Amino acid sequence: MSERFTKSMARNIFLGGGVFSLLLFFSLSYHTLGVLPERDNRHNITAEVALGKKVWEDNNCVGCHTILGEGAYFAPELGNVYTRFGNSTEAIIGFIESRPAEGVPGRRSMPQFNLTREELVGMAEFLKWTSEIDTNDWPPNIEG
Amino acid sequence: MMMKYESQAVAKPYFIAAIALFVGQVLFGLILATQYVVGDFLFPEIPFNVARMVHTNLLIVWLLFGFMGASYFLVPEESERELYSPKLAMILFWTFLTAGVLTILGYLLVPYAGLAAMTGNDIWPTMGREFLEQPTITKIGIVIVVLGFIFNIGMTVLTGRKTVISVVLLTGLVGLALFFLFAFYNPVNLVLDKFFWWWVIHLWVEGVWELIMGAILAFVLIKVTGVDREVIEKWLYVIIAMALITGVIGTGHHYFYIGTPEYWLWLGSIFSALEPIPFFMMALFAFNMVSRRRRDHPNKAAVLWALGTAVLAFLGAGVWGFMHTLAPVNYYTHGSQITSAHGHLAFFGAYALIVITIISYAMPIIRGQVAAPEITQRFEKWSFWLMASGMVTITLALTGAGVLQVWLQRMAEEPMSFMATQESIAFFYWLRLAAGFVFTIGLLVYVASFFVGQKESRSTTVSE
Repeated sequence: MSERFTKSMARNIFLGGGVFSLLLFFSLSYHTLGVLPERDNRHNITAEVALGKKVWEDNNCVGCHTILGEGAYFAPELGNVYTRFGNSTEAIIGFIESRPAEGVPGRRSMPQFNLTREELVGMAEFLKWTSEIDTNDWPPNIEG
Repeated sequence: MMMKYESQAVAKPYFIAAIALFVGQVLFGLILATQYVVGDFLFPEIPFNVARMVHTNLLIVWLLFGFMGASYFLVPEESERELYSPKLAMILFWTFLTAGVLTILGYLLVPYAGLAAMTGNDIWPTMGREFLEQPTITKIGIVIVVLGFIFNIGMTVLTGRKTVISVVLLTGLVGLALFFLFAFYNPVNLVLDKFFWWWVIHLWVEGVWELIMGAILAFVLIKVTGVDREVIEKWLYVIIAMALITGVIGTGHHYFYIGTPEYWLWLGSIFSALEPIPFFMMALFAFNMVSRRRRDHPNKAAVLWALGTAVLAFLGAGVWGFMHTLAPVNYYTHGSQITSAHGHLAFFGAYALIVITIISYAMPIIRGQVAAPEITQRFEKWSFWLMASGMVTITLALTGAGVLQVWLQRMAEEPMSFMATQESIAFFYWLRLAAGFVFTIGLLVYVASFFVGQKESRSTTVSE
């Protein structure tokens, strides 16, 4: 780098650029938090949805699945599973309940988590609520 | 050659732990790669989610061990004084190792829901989120260890000679600690949860970690090239300036499709499209300094690791990141094997290799040598090429899988289901598994490098 470009100029770009970027990011984040209620349908977060998210986390579902595209890529996307399963919470419950404990020979299989009815309902309601978030039309199609 | 300061030796256990955990990480990587092609492998004993959690958490922990070891080695030398408290460094080492090993054993021996119940996840739920799967108590332990570590390093930096390298490193470490605190915020609203989850994940790896990486690279380059500190520090400032200017607003590339407003499509695309710049500069920087070197340092292996870091970080973080960072592209690639391809090469190139670079430079000195014996360096070079070609092949295989996955599942006129798509791209997963074995052999050669040639060197090195 040229001699006329001094170290203190470089330091000022770092400090100025870094602080400016962080302040801009915090301001944008503040704005985003303000408009999120119009998009995340939080008014539909019931006690069941809250329980469902807890069950989702306590069983590390994100260790195989993606939800809104984030997680592991080993098992199907679940952000839109409610619509993929024909807008049916019972279909989701039925699927989770029917996983064989010993798996399927040679194939990927979801573990049997032995969830209670209450937990299953919560999980299904959580996934239903997730499917109603405004995600800028993602995923591209029903397959997720 | 002896160490300039005795307390630099506390880096040694940190480096050993880092390498041991790295081996564990890679073994679980092999399990995962096998499960991709033989779905019931180790089922239900080690389900995929458990193996993946072990794989990613070991990565984070060994990199943290590496960063800590690097700091303990380079900060006394930069500050021109002994470490503030070597004793604290050793206490924190054993605390961190114990917490880390117990957490990994918890993952493997107890069903995750049981671990959540045992560790009181009901009281303060923070578990079950990608990369932040650790029990809340472990997270608190991490905070304590990191704060103690920063106190130790901070006191050394602030009471000694302050250099650009040590101040940038310290800034990065403080940022690491601050942003980790968002791991404790887990709202019921999934969108909010995801929004702040990225404040840990993105602002770590595409933010403050780049400061840590830049500082370590700059330190090694000063040592092995003998180029004037003024020149190197100027580069360092410009690189990390670009990292923050592009990477902070670049967080927006994660805010495309998780419920956040549309303007992030523009902001995230534009700023993250510039994120390759700091990595490109890092590559220019490394090659420039080496070609302008004023001394031929006998540790040729360290130079190779440093150049390898710069190149593979640029490819993995820069090129493979850019490939899917524009919103219209990411609309199709989001959450596909493309993401996985990028993640592998970026983490290996930028962070795994920078840790190995500093280990390669520091370890011989800690052992009382200027550079490792010839045979050791030859092992290291072999290991570099095996691991690098293994990882590049893994990345290409996952990219092939990803392109086909996106096409079959998301773009075709009659889209296939996720599982059907997975079966039709199995060839690429086999290729990835094979490349994984090449990588593992490279890693074993690396481990072996520490055990060869030591006898001869002991009889010839007078300074020991």
